[in-house]
Amino acid sequence: MGHEGRIRIKTLVMILAMVLCANVGDLMLKRGMMEIGAVEISPTGLWHALLLTITNGTIWIGIFFLTGFMLSYMTVLSWADYSYVMPAGAFGYALLTLLAVVFLHETVSPRRWVGVLLICVGVLLVGQTRPRTTEVAVRREVAA
Amino acid sequence: MRVALLLGLQILCSTGGEIALTHGMKATGEPARLRPRELAAFLWRATQSGWLWAGVPLLALSFYSLLVLLSWQPISFVIPASALSYVVGTIGAKYILREDVSPARWAGVVLVCAGVALVAAG
Repeated sequence: MGHEGRIRIKTLVMILAMVLCANVGDLMLKRGMMEIGAVEISPTGLWHALLLTITNGTIWIGIFFLTGFMLSYMTVLSWADYSYVMPAGAFGYALLTLLAVVFLHETVSPRRWVGVLLICVGVLLVGQTRPRTTEVAVRREVAA
Repeated sequence: MRVALLLGLQILCSTGGEIALTHGMKATGEPARLRPRELAAFLWRATQSGWLWAGVPLLALSFYSLLVLLSWQPISFVIPASALSYVVGTIGAKYILREDVSPARWAGVVLVCAGVALVAAG
């Protein structure tokens, strides 16, 4: 496989990791916050919510995955274009809709299906382009 | 009016933060291999970049603006409106990061932007 092909595969794998981490992380945060219940907006209410949040295991699983998202985003941006990774990451919205239909049996409006279709076509179009169009700082690791 | 202003601030902070982050990561240079040791060394090098630390507060501010917007307006308005950041981010990528945005990529970005708006509007 050529150099260009390797970059493409590497980039797509990292984008997939980003999307999975972001979706799982958001889901866990949502679950954790539902366990905590509605937050009362007052000094004592917010303090109470903070204590419940930092002692909730599900919230920490969410934070773990969202950290994974941030680190994979940073990593992929070290070689790939921002204008490639950013729109390609929107694939996550389409994936969420599909997951909601398959696992949560949610009904999805026609308008939302049109949105999913547009995202998929858009991501395919962006995916056709070269993942990297700028020069990257050539910095070789000194072999340890 | 205040919604439009805060929305503008949110979009500028999120795209500005991500552009600074991208610049910092490009300056860091990619990891030689995607192995835990190399990745850890690479992420440590990235924390030495000033651009990374310029980006993080901007991203935090954009997150906070999003929370405030969500407390004013329904999510089905806020997320579609903030989907404009795909277009603003691409303009930044072209003129600030000097990325080569081909017509195919532009078309893809516009479709993604419209698609995200429709999905979030429900």
